[in-house]
Amino acid sequence: MKRTVPLIITFIVGTLLIVAAFVPHYPFDKWNNDFNEFFNIIQAFAFILGGANLMRMHGRRLVERGAGAFYSGVCLAGFLGMMTVGLFKLGNPAGLTGDVDVTGSWFEIGYRYLFSPTSATIYALLAFFIASASYRAFRAKNTEASLLLVTAMVILLGRTFLGPVLTGWLPPSLSFFEISNLASWFMSVPVQAGNRAIMLGVALGIVSLSLKVILAIDRSHLGDRG
Amino acid sequence: MSGFRLPEIDRRLVFAIVAAVVVFPIFFRLSLPEVPSTIVMNVFDSVESLPAGAMVLMPMDFDPGSEAELQPMARAFVRHCAEKKLRITFLTLWGTGSQMIERVTKDVLIPEFPDYQYGRDWVNLGYKPGMESVITVILNDLKKTFPTDVSGKNLDDIPLTRDVRNLRNYNLILSVSAGYAGTKEWVQFAGDPGQIPVAAGMTAVQAPLNYPYYPRQLKGLLGGVKAAAEYESLLIKKYPRYEDQQKYRFEALTRMGPQTFAHLAVIGLILLGNATYWINRRAAQGGA
Amino acid sequence: MPRQRLILFGALGLFVVFLVYRVATGAMVNPLEGGPALGMWVAALLTLCIFSFLAGDNPFYKFAEHLFVGVSAAYWAVKGFWNAIVPNLMGKLLPEFTANTAIPGLRKEDGTLPAPDLIYVLPLIFGLLLLWRLAPKGQWISRWSLAFVVGITAGLRLIGYLSSDFVGQVRNTMLPLLVVGDGGLLWVDSFNNIVIVVGVVTGLAYFYFSREHTGAFGRMTRIGIWTLMVTFGAGFGYTVMGRIALLVGRLEFLFVDWLKLASP
Repeated sequence: MKRTVPLIITFIVGTLLIVAAFVPHYPFDKWNNDFNEFFNIIQAFAFILGGANLMRMHGRRLVERGAGAFYSGVCLAGFLGMMTVGLFKLGNPAGLTGDVDVTGSWFEIGYRYLFSPTSATIYALLAFFIASASYRAFRAKNTEASLLLVTAMVILLGRTFLGPVLTGWLPPSLSFFEISNLASWFMSVPVQAGNRAIMLGVALGIVSLSLKVILAIDRSHLGDRG
Repeated sequence: MSGFRLPEIDRRLVFAIVAAVVVFPIFFRLSLPEVPSTIVMNVFDSVESLPAGAMVLMPMDFDPGSEAELQPMARAFVRHCAEKKLRITFLTLWGTGSQMIERVTKDVLIPEFPDYQYGRDWVNLGYKPGMESVITVILNDLKKTFPTDVSGKNLDDIPLTRDVRNLRNYNLILSVSAGYAGTKEWVQFAGDPGQIPVAAGMTAVQAPLNYPYYPRQLKGLLGGVKAAAEYESLLIKKYPRYEDQQKYRFEALTRMGPQTFAHLAVIGLILLGNATYWINRRAAQGGA
Repeated sequence: MPRQRLILFGALGLFVVFLVYRVATGAMVNPLEGGPALGMWVAALLTLCIFSFLAGDNPFYKFAEHLFVGVSAAYWAVKGFWNAIVPNLMGKLLPEFTANTAIPGLRKEDGTLPAPDLIYVLPLIFGLLLLWRLAPKGQWISRWSLAFVVGITAGLRLIGYLSSDFVGQVRNTMLPLLVVGDGGLLWVDSFNNIVIVVGVVTGLAYFYFSREHTGAFGRMTRIGIWTLMVTFGAGFGYTVMGRIALLVGRLEFLFVDWLKLASP
């Protein structure tokens, strides 16, 4: 029950989706659509599970007055506040029947002034760390590293207006060496080739892993090592 | 030990340099001409070649963390489609995408195109969780996953979607995406199996990873703010009313100023870092 | 008090005085007005709290980070509930109830309503089994839902990656090595195609670790490594571009929208 039923479920569902790709007719197309719809609904339950788990974890820390209890309180306050205004559509101009994040609703206000600025700034922080990493870690110690750095610098220069400014004086016969043209060539030819090789390798890996999961050879999703 | 050595720069000074080179150009609002690349022109042409009334699906799969890069692209796409009088269907696979659709329609589509009527010329289907699973279902049956639009109106009661059965009714998928699920999934689960043309705008981080799809599976792609600026310059060139940049904001073009200075700073830091490494190494070897 | 801390507090104090001055002179919105003005200030202060991480981990950053975690978890749960569970589950199992309470649009203008589709009891059961993970006993039952999710993902990904990323990319790589046009041999297109084909083949060869990379094979994989290094270099360049763009966006918000020190 604990292991066999999940393996059977994975096998049936996975196989059906593969068969439906080759036999796109009734009943396989209907089952394909239905199963995918079920997946979408279960994913919504997964969001609720995530929220409930967060509440449990931080609630425990708050009650036990453990390390970081204050911050757990902050987290819970944000979670419960947003959950309340969202689930009950509080302050929603369209009422219970309108879209949950219509402009002016308290949920949308929470998104606009709490979620959005913090999310955007967390990603913006990375610019500083990338610059610091560029200074500290990127060393042209060998041919390969030098190739990487030269390409990076051509792309960085070529993807700005400085590209044409710095090399625009080149005669038409040497226009290939204009930095912006060089950057475009790099992207369209060798970079495309390299990414294609990676994509082919990844595709083979995913196909093999998917088959192993469907055929119950790989059971790691159940917590087994095999 | 002997020999000249370069001091290591404290990382806080590196942060300060980056902040300074980005902030300084913001005060001057440089807007420089852009030369569009072929791959961007292909996206432009894939929209430009559509006749009036053609159906375009515009999935807005991004969040506030990538809004600075992708909102200018989304606005440019919406402006272009509206100029061409294409019928636009917005939807998103990201929970935060519904806010992005709201911003682009409220800031651009509604004020700049007052003749564009909701329900007849454009519709917003909102968000559904499920990632590529959503695409798989709507490729065959749109209304199974989206029975209503974002405001709760039945799709059978909306003129634009009344006769739409599935994604194959669309002439173009114009994806704006920041990651998973995004352009890759639209190509894999809609473009390829449904033989629907796909063009895309995406973050600079994602762009190189999607180049292998170009040009057969992806008509063209915009990678990052530079490509967005190129698309905006194409739009201005084709539709002269956009030359009035006091009235029409083109954020990507104005952001290229700080972008350029920042790129120079990073190149400088790479060169300085390497110079520091080699000089100090030689000094250490000379002293050994 | 250490000198560094003194300088920090001094700078902060000056900044606060600067802000008060600008609000008092009407150059910036007044947060005491409430509404969007207060919201703008909250957003700006949270932005500064996150940026304070550059000086090291500190209570302001931790506060903003924990607030974000809580708010975003709730955001996704609410969106999942109202965008999937209500229309796509309740709407299918109890269409009349859903149309009367939450989504009137389920009922078409002519008054027709879809009939209940009881097959949707299955995702309801799977969803509840998933939530059982939180129960003190019987958590193993949530594996059934996970198995369903994993099965769907494996099945979808197998077909999608095989068709678009494997067969599709092999097809895209089948390029003519000599491109002939009206004027004869097109050198540039031919060269590009040769580079692409050689780059893909040698790049793939590099990932073949079942054979030692020596001799002719070794030389081939060396070209593969060079192709991959160029690829990673471009990836790095584009990553820098992307992250800088996000920083520009945030600094524009601070200096243009909040502090109003620069024009839009």
